[in-house]
Amino acid sequence: MNKLPKHYDVIIIGGGATGAGTARDCALRGLKVLLIERFDFTAGATGRNHGLLHSGARYAVTDPESATECIKENMILRNIARHCVEDTGGLFITLPEDDLAYQKLFIEKCREAGISAEAIDPELARRIEPAVNPELIGAVKVPDGAVDPFRLTTANIIDARRHGADVITYHEVMRFIKSGNRIEGLVMRDVHTGQETEAYGSVVVNAAGIWGHLVAKKAGVDINMFPAKGSLLIFGHRVNNTVINRCRKPANADILVPGDTISLIGTTSDRVSFDEIDNMEVTPEEVDILIREGEKLSPRLATTRILRAYAGVRPLVASDDDPSGRSISRGIVCLDHAKRDGLEGFITITGGKLMTYRLMAEWATDMVCAKLGMDKAKCVTATTPLPGSEKPVEENAPESSHPSRQHIIELPTEQLAAEGRHGTLTEEIRWQNPGDDALVCECEQVSVGEVEFAIDKLNVHNLINLRRRTRLGMGTCQGQLCACRAAGLLDKADHCAERSLSDLCSFVSERWKGMYPVAWGDTVSEIQFTQWIYSGVAGLDEFLRDRDTEHLLH
Amino acid sequence: MNYQQANISDNNFEKCTKCTVCTVYCPVTAVNPDYPGPKQAGPDGERYRLKKPLFYNEALKYCLNCKRCEVACPSNVKIGDIIQAARIKYSAGRPSLRDTMLASTDLMGSMATLAAPLVNGVLGLKPVKKIMDATLKIDCHRTFPKYAGEKFVTWYNRHARESQLALPHKVTYFHGCYVNYNNPQLGRDLLTVMNAVGYGVMLLEKERCCGVAKIANRLVKEATRDAKINLASITTAVDTHKAPVIATSSTCTFTMRDEYPHLLHLDNARVRSSIMLATKFIYELLEKGDIKLVFKPDFRMKVAYHTPCHMEKLGWTFYSTSILRMIPGVELTLLDSRCCGIAGTYGFKKENYAYSQAIGEPLFEQIAEVNPDLVATDCETCRWQIEMSTPYRVENPVTVLAMALDVDATRKANGL
Repeated sequence: MNKLPKHYDVIIIGGGATGAGTARDCALRGLKVLLIERFDFTAGATGRNHGLLHSGARYAVTDPESATECIKENMILRNIARHCVEDTGGLFITLPEDDLAYQKLFIEKCREAGISAEAIDPELARRIEPAVNPELIGAVKVPDGAVDPFRLTTANIIDARRHGADVITYHEVMRFIKSGNRIEGLVMRDVHTGQETEAYGSVVVNAAGIWGHLVAKKAGVDINMFPAKGSLLIFGHRVNNTVINRCRKPANADILVPGDTISLIGTTSDRVSFDEIDNMEVTPEEVDILIREGEKLSPRLATTRILRAYAGVRPLVASDDDPSGRSISRGIVCLDHAKRDGLEGFITITGGKLMTYRLMAEWATDMVCAKLGMDKAKCVTATTPLPGSEKPVEENAPESSHPSRQHIIELPTEQLAAEGRHGTLTEEIRWQNPGDDALVCECEQVSVGEVEFAIDKLNVHNLINLRRRTRLGMGTCQGQLCACRAAGLLDKADHCAERSLSDLCSFVSERWKGMYPVAWGDTVSEIQFTQWIYSGVAGLDEFLRDRDTEHLLH
Repeated sequence: MNYQQANISDNNFEKCTKCTVCTVYCPVTAVNPDYPGPKQAGPDGERYRLKKPLFYNEALKYCLNCKRCEVACPSNVKIGDIIQAARIKYSAGRPSLRDTMLASTDLMGSMATLAAPLVNGVLGLKPVKKIMDATLKIDCHRTFPKYAGEKFVTWYNRHARESQLALPHKVTYFHGCYVNYNNPQLGRDLLTVMNAVGYGVMLLEKERCCGVAKIANRLVKEATRDAKINLASITTAVDTHKAPVIATSSTCTFTMRDEYPHLLHLDNARVRSSIMLATKFIYELLEKGDIKLVFKPDFRMKVAYHTPCHMEKLGWTFYSTSILRMIPGVELTLLDSRCCGIAGTYGFKKENYAYSQAIGEPLFEQIAEVNPDLVATDCETCRWQIEMSTPYRVENPVTVLAMALDVDATRKANGL
């Protein structure tokens, strides 16, 4: 048993947006912070949602409190996370089958929540967004946008580390170290080696999303959580440049979001059991619903290539006074287990949504500070830009400052793409040496320099980490061309061919998992070709024989 | 609703499976590291341009529109079209004076033929070339094609129009700018051959430049105007004579068949199959037994055929080479199909000259190895490139046919 030498003020469990945000907030307020994550950052619900920068309009009628929180956070994120946010604007459309009378109530409720909502002529809506269903009979313009959850979480982690936080990935919490009714630390286990390590801290924050249910159990307290699965489809390119929603009560597959180079339709919503949450699969029925409903938002989806399907698990929390689970809140839940269960030094922050991660972090950090008697430490995360967002994102291509590039008229696409991904951090990416600007991932324009930057600076240990930090392998070919190149670069940093090979296998398997539910048309040709390369030419299936790779899927 | 059940993407660029064979066949990628290659510039770049037009990269101008990427593509992605369409849609600013001049083959040709000996002389002068190089960025190494003293159309109206009417069959000829202003002899050669087999050669009511150079230089409005005039005349001609419109330039033919619908969005479906190369028309008549050719018994020539890029795209090399092979005295070598590097106006531009020559180098070397009496090719700009870069004479297969043909015997064999 190892033991971490430092005694922390706060140990945060969970590397999603909430955990990362809490780590940042705590670190900015001067606390000694440890963040631990079972797999990789953004591996749970944070990386498996729409990437929608909610205006809050979706909740205006049904959940005014969430709506108000959303629009406030929306405005904050536009300011502090510029490089993660795209101001696409959003439309709530009414189709002939919908009740146009709902629009009036909707606009009224939006305004009450402080969301600007303007009814526009259907003709104007068609002009704003040519991909919209032309049969719409009404449209409302709202300040929706797109937010990249991977970048957002990474930026929070970077800032937390800049302010002294320690971050450990691929470590699972096994049990808590208690003294009487107080939690004093925990034992975590390296998921690869099985090595156990003790860590001690004054307060432990459970920010593990749906897995927080299981973490709490290990601490000896019960939280009544319900996993709700939401499935989404990714389309091959940007079908729409404006978020399209249905102007009706929230239902299945009624949001189409333009995210980076692609468009996303989602979601479904189904209760699942805790046994399933580590291995979500999208069913044919869910794919059908998503396509059928998606085509109503934009008929173009009917003839657009689908890249993959994926599902995330929302952590729904039942009210404490209703153990049956019928009264579900979608709002933020911040539990002080000392008050609730008589367990000192333990906090759970859950519920909420990606949009409100910062507010959740603020609440949790306020509670941590109260426990530590540091009430004077003020939250500054609403006004302090995240790393990468210190300067506004340039709309126009900046002049090339790199001598080797001056003979080219403008910045090459891969450099522009990297600037979109990393904001001001792009300055740390090397371009100067020959080969630095060679492309690793051609679909998403990820260069050798960007991969090396991610390996050096963004906690990248394997190809899946690399994908989440850079979009490598997220494009049309789903890793067909880039996986082996990136594996080569990781091997150069790592010097273990055996590990690189099994990493490559798990990456290709993980890509395949998402393509399988939508394997028809052009996607089938792509899969077939990828299989020829990796099985036929590279012989990976030989390597895989007799090996268990299930654990590598994360 | 729910068309995805039988999903075939409407978006041609999404059919790309990223196999990259297009980039392997791209003549520019091989010599110019600044060019992203057809896969990157085409389907990959299109996704980014759809995200934000800001991602358009001016390096796409290095594409010489040879369409060899499209020939190589196993998924039928119109890579070349995607790149040209992106240049037209996203490239900033009006085309330069130089590009407009190079592209305005009709206008420049009309003016130059008025004073052909003077223009030819002046354009050949070293100081003039230096000035054009410095001011217009037209490379000084480039040799301009000579202008003819008398336009083909002028000659045709004076000497040939009437006699065509007496022949039993009719076919319409799209002569193109090159025949009209630079090489009327090729037009006369076509008349010699067609007349000998009983075909009167008619001209279009109105003919404008096919527009290939205007499209390549982003003068889309002008190209569309010309194309509409051409399509109207072609439709009238096809309806009147119930016969195809033939051309002696593979590029003009290709442009009117494929670039009109793909890049100018003009519907040519009704006449597309009636627009063809003269060699295809002649070959098919021979195949059907409708006509006969008799050749001079003493004709001897070692010919090397060069496949122009747009000929490769049309897939019609077979017709031209088959006709050349029919001539008993011709010893034919089919050169490897590769780009000569000029790509119309592309190679005239100073920034492209070095790449242009580097692309053509392997072709020039192979021609030297074969050492033919004459290089045959169906494209006039390939001709300029090869004649400038090698000591060999280059002619259209129709000219070779006319040279080898025993006209009287052929007339007799066809019952004239």
